[in-house]
Amino acid sequence: MSDTIIRVENLGKKYIISHQQEGRSNYTALRDVIANGAKSLIKRFTQPPPEKLDKEEFWALKDVSFEIKQGDVVGIIGRNGAGKSTLLKILSRITEPTTGRISIKGRVASLLEVGTGFHPELTGRENIYLNGAILGMSRVEIKKKFDEIVAFAEVEKFLDTPVKRYSSGMYVRLAFAVAAHLEPEILVVDEVLAVGDAAFQKKCLGKMGDVATKEGRTVLFVSHNMGTIKSLCNSGVLLNKGNLVKHGITSEIVDSYLLSDMGKNREQGEIYWLDSKTAPGGKEMRLISIRLLNHRYEVQYNFDSEQLIHIEISYKLFEVVRGMRMILQVINSEGVLAFASTDHAFREEESKPGEYHTICTIPPYLLNSGLYFIKIHSGCPGVKVLIQGQEFLNFFIEKSIHHGSLFSEKWPGVVAPKLNWNTKLITKI
Amino acid sequence: MSQELIIEAGRTERQYWKDIWRYRELFYFLAWRDILVRYKQTIIGIAWALLRPFLTTVVFTLVFSKLAKLPSEGAPYPILVFAGMLPWQFFANALAECSNSLITNANLISKVYFPRLIVPISAVIVSFVDFLISGMILLGLMAWYDFVPSWRIITLPLFIAIAFLASMGVGLWLSALNVQYRDFRYIVPFIIQFGLYISPVGFSSNIVPEQWRWLYSLNPMVGVIDGFRWAIIGGDIQIYWLGFSLSLGLVVFLFTTGVWYFRRMERTFADVI
Repeated sequence: MSDTIIRVENLGKKYIISHQQEGRSNYTALRDVIANGAKSLIKRFTQPPPEKLDKEEFWALKDVSFEIKQGDVVGIIGRNGAGKSTLLKILSRITEPTTGRISIKGRVASLLEVGTGFHPELTGRENIYLNGAILGMSRVEIKKKFDEIVAFAEVEKFLDTPVKRYSSGMYVRLAFAVAAHLEPEILVVDEVLAVGDAAFQKKCLGKMGDVATKEGRTVLFVSHNMGTIKSLCNSGVLLNKGNLVKHGITSEIVDSYLLSDMGKNREQGEIYWLDSKTAPGGKEMRLISIRLLNHRYEVQYNFDSEQLIHIEISYKLFEVVRGMRMILQVINSEGVLAFASTDHAFREEESKPGEYHTICTIPPYLLNSGLYFIKIHSGCPGVKVLIQGQEFLNFFIEKSIHHGSLFSEKWPGVVAPKLNWNTKLITKI
Repeated sequence: MSQELIIEAGRTERQYWKDIWRYRELFYFLAWRDILVRYKQTIIGIAWALLRPFLTTVVFTLVFSKLAKLPSEGAPYPILVFAGMLPWQFFANALAECSNSLITNANLISKVYFPRLIVPISAVIVSFVDFLISGMILLGLMAWYDFVPSWRIITLPLFIAIAFLASMGVGLWLSALNVQYRDFRYIVPFIIQFGLYISPVGFSSNIVPEQWRWLYSLNPMVGVIDGFRWAIIGGDIQIYWLGFSLSLGLVVFLFTTGVWYFRRMERTFADVI
C-alpha cells in the first residue's frame, strides 16, 4: 500500500501574459500577428530592437516536487491563484508542464468540473453514455454501471428528459454520479462540490471516501473547505503563488494555511483599534482592544495546553446600557464551535458610560492542540446588537497531551479536557 | 497499473496513438451527439440532409445545363452534377464543422484529457454520415433516369477515402489555426463559397482548356470530383491522370502536414482556447 504512485519533480508551468490594449479580446488575431511581424521587420532596419514590454512571464507553478503514495487521499490547498488548478490540469494531462516531470502509475480520471461534456439537448440517458465516454469509460463499462449511476443520482423518473429541463441539483447529481463510478487508479477532483445541496455533498464526499478507503484508490482533492479536507484527506499539499509551501499531515497543512491566510495582525495575540471612530461597534459602544494574556498577564500567541488563557476585551460605553452582555465563542480550524460563553450573569443590570476591561479565563487542560479563532459579540438580547459577531483573533495551542495516552500524538476531538480515570482491582482471581 | 505514464515538457507522448485506440469509442459518441443534437427540435429531421443537396442539384442543372448549355459527358446532367455535388458537399460540410469543432468543444478541451485529434475527426465523421444519406439521392436519380453504372462503381470507396483524407487534411489545419487565430472563422465560409466556383461541381472539368488543366488540378477537390465522376458515370469519361496524381499528391501532403501541425499545436490548445 505504500508504493509511490505519483512522483512530481521540479514541476513548473509558465504562461506568457501579453498586455494588450483595452478593448481587445484575449485571443490572437491574425491581423495582429501580421501587423506586428511587419512592424518588427521595419523596426529591425530602422532602429535597435525595443524591449519587450507587452509580454510578461508568469509562473503558475514553480519548482514543485512531491510524492504521493497509493491509497492516499491528498488535499491540495492554497488561495486563489496559488496554482492548484494548474497542478490538477497538468496531472490530468490537459496541459503540459514547462519544466520538470511527473511519473504516474495507473489510469487517471479527472473531475475538474461537474458535467463536462453534458449536452443540454440530450436526455439523461444519452448524457450518461456521452459523459462516460468522454471521461474514458467504454460502452460496456457504462452499461454495466448504468443502474448504479442512475440510482446514485436519483433521477430514474427523468432519464428520458433532456437535461436542460433538469433542476440544477439533478444536473449536478447526475454529473457527479457518472464521474464517481469511473474506476481509475487515481481520481483527481477539483472543487466541484460547492454546488449541490448539503445532503448531496455529504453523499458525494462519502462516495469519495469509499473510493479511497474501500477500493484503495488514490484521490487528489482541491477544496476551500478545510473541514472537508480534514475529514477526507490523510495528507495535504499547500501551495502559495505557485510554490510548494508544505507537504505533510493534513491537520498541520490546514493550520499553516489558515495562519498564512489570516493576515499578520491576528497572529500577535492582541489587536488594537487606535481610531475610536472606526473601531467595531456603534454609537453606544466601541472596542478598544482584545488581548490574549498568559498567567503573568503577558501577551502571548502560542499557548501550551497546560496554560490558562486570559482573554481581555477593552471597550468604551458612551451611554447607559441596560441588560448588555458580551459573548465569547471559540472556534477551531474546521469551523466547529468549541464552546461559547457569556458574562451576562456576571454583570450589573445597568452599565454606565466609561472604559471597561472584561476578562474571560479559559482554564488549562481544556483545548486540544491546533488553531482556534476567537469570536466576540455583544448586545442586549432581544433589543439590539452592540458589536456584530466577528472573528477578531486567533491563537495556537501546542502539545495537548493530557488525553491520558502514553503515546504523545494528537487525539481527535474539538476539546481535550484533562479527565480523571480511576481503575481499581476489586477481586483478585 | 503496471505501465508508467511520464508527463514532461515537450514530450510527444509515445502512447498518443495507443490512447486514440483506447478512446476509439469517443469518435462514435461525439459524432452521435452531434447528429442527435442537430436534428432535435426540427420537424423534418434528417430529411434536411437530403433536401439541401437535392435543391442545389436542381438549381445547378437548370443553370449549367439549360441556360449555359454545357456538355454532359453522355450522362443525364443531374447525375453529372450530383456525382460532383456529393463529394463537394461532404468536403464543404466537413471543413465547416471541422474548423469550428475545437472551439465548440472548448469546455471539453480545457477540462478533460483525451487525444484532441478525436474532435475534428468526429466532425468529419458527422459530415460523412450526411454524405451517406445524401448518397441515397444519387441512387434515386439513377433509378429515375434508368442509369446503370459500369464496373468502375466498385472503385468508388477509394475515391471516398481520398475525399476523406482531403477533408481531414484541410480540416485539421483550419481547426488548429482557428484555436489560435479566430480569423479563420471568417475565412472558412469564404473558402467554401469560393471553392464551389473553382471546383468542377456544376460542370465537367473537361471544359477547362487542356493547357491549364494541371493548374486547375492544384485544387485537391478536382481530383476527387473527377474520380467520383469516373467511377459513377463511367462511359467515355477519362481521368486526366497528370492532374489526378497532382491532386492526390496534394491531398496526401495536406493530410500529413495537417496531422503534424495539429499534433504540434495540440499541447497548447488548453492554454489558448
